[in-house]
Amino acid sequence: MQYLLMIYTNEREMAALGEAALTALSEEYAQFTKSIVQAGNFKAGDRLRPAPTASTVRVRNGKPVITDGPFAETREQLGGYYLVEAKNLDEALALAARIPGARHGSIEVRPIWVLGQQ
Amino acid sequence: MSPPPAASSQPAAGSRIAEVFSREAGRVLATLIRLLGDFDLAEEARQEAFAAALERWPVRGVPDNPSAWLIHVGRNKGIDRIRRHTAYRDVILREAASMGCEAVQEDEPDGSEVFGDDRLRLIFTCCHPALSPEARIALTLREVCGLTLQAVARAFLVHEDTMAQRLVRAKRKIRDAGIPYETPDPSMLDERIDGVLTVIYTVFTEGYAATTGNDLTDESLCRESIRLGRLVDVLLPGNAAVLGLVALMLLHDARRAARVSGLGNVVLLDQQDRALWDRAQIAEGLELVERSLRSPAQVSRFAVEAAIAALHVQAADKSLTDWPQIVGLYEVLLRLHPTPVVELNHAAAVSMVDGPGRALALVESIRARGEISDYHLLHAARGKLLARLGRRCEALDAYQAALNGAKLDPERRFLAERIAELTEDGGGPEPAIRSDEVSAKLAIRARSSAG
Repeated sequence: MQYLLMIYTNEREMAALGEAALTALSEEYAQFTKSIVQAGNFKAGDRLRPAPTASTVRVRNGKPVITDGPFAETREQLGGYYLVEAKNLDEALALAARIPGARHGSIEVRPIWVLGQQ
Repeated sequence: MSPPPAASSQPAAGSRIAEVFSREAGRVLATLIRLLGDFDLAEEARQEAFAAALERWPVRGVPDNPSAWLIHVGRNKGIDRIRRHTAYRDVILREAASMGCEAVQEDEPDGSEVFGDDRLRLIFTCCHPALSPEARIALTLREVCGLTLQAVARAFLVHEDTMAQRLVRAKRKIRDAGIPYETPDPSMLDERIDGVLTVIYTVFTEGYAATTGNDLTDESLCRESIRLGRLVDVLLPGNAAVLGLVALMLLHDARRAARVSGLGNVVLLDQQDRALWDRAQIAEGLELVERSLRSPAQVSRFAVEAAIAALHVQAADKSLTDWPQIVGLYEVLLRLHPTPVVELNHAAAVSMVDGPGRALALVESIRARGEISDYHLLHAARGKLLARLGRRCEALDAYQAALNGAKLDPERRFLAERIAELTEDGGGPEPAIRSDEVSAKLAIRARSSAG
């Protein structure tokens, strides 16, 4: 199965991190990514620019309405994701628990709904 | 195969079949879920296998390995159903066929080990932390214990439709989220076992001290949870936490008959008729708690709770209860499982060693934090301590708050009696003033919670 691991962190806290802490965190992410690529779990993964760069689109009465910012204001924001292949939820949860962001933020794990599946 | 029964032995054969069904239902379902990869399909397949057995066994005799027979027939019926179900056909048929290679054969001599693993898989799947706590309990009672939908709904006082919905949603999540049908990886085993034990203990607690209704206890839930605990003990032999939980349930349950008076009223531990306690069950519980505590594994919170229960039942007389040791065990428990309810029980034990003054200070600090300010037993404990300190008006307030929060009829009667006793003792004009104070306090509380 494929799972999307969504990394939610508090952007304000992340922005307040010092240079050294940021470098250490990037290094940890690089190592984690490398390890899941080698293990064959990795399908895709990216870091996202902060929530203020987000735009939201809704089509109402046939017209697209664009608003500034993310869909909802929350304490934690989506900051990145991994798309992984895992044999079941337990394996996906174990991968999610190893993401550095899991220590200060939270990782939402969602199965991919394959087209045509019930 | 045994020879076909003579006509005169038909009733005996019928009861033999019924006995086989009730004994094997759980493990047959557990294995069919693994073979067919779907809860609902496995339930239907089991139904059909039982129907086939009812037709064939009275004529050809009960097979030597009835569960293997039922699983074999059930698997074939299940695959037939998949074939008829065109939408799934291509995907699942291939999977089922490939899984079929490891399927048990009708003549397989002994598949008990395989079945045991399947029952354990089923328990871990039903208690998976990705399911809501209510869903875990409902699934476990329905799928592992085999309770009917009606019984599960009744146990938790919800409408049958609501319970059916809850079960459908839970099974859908198991399928769609890919919750595995497997015994967890050793790295997460302890944590998952703890989750399973929490489900079992929640069922037991609901049976032992129901939260609403006319009756204080529901014997069937106590029995089911003890049976389930014993099953987990068979499947994971020697696990300290499992032993501790089974011991705890046995020791509590041994006092069940003494906890309710003939009129259905609450009888507190210190007033219980010790002759009504089940001595055989106590002996078994004591042996298990010792085995659990002797285990080299980390002490489990269930074992500590069982040790506390053991000290209560070992005292020949209430005055001989070893309260200092009970206080010490509660302090260990507070480190392993720090919850406000454990703190409250600790305070009650402290009152027996250091007196009501120190205990009241502990209770007030729990109350000040507000996490369990709705819990009626917090107010009842306060009432009891205040009464012992001679602070009658405050005790009345506390008991009244407990009565307002209690939902169970026998508890309500118990609290009403305490209030009546305190009112008779003093008399005088005080109660009138008190009720004004209460309404003033309630008004303040309503305002502050609204704002």
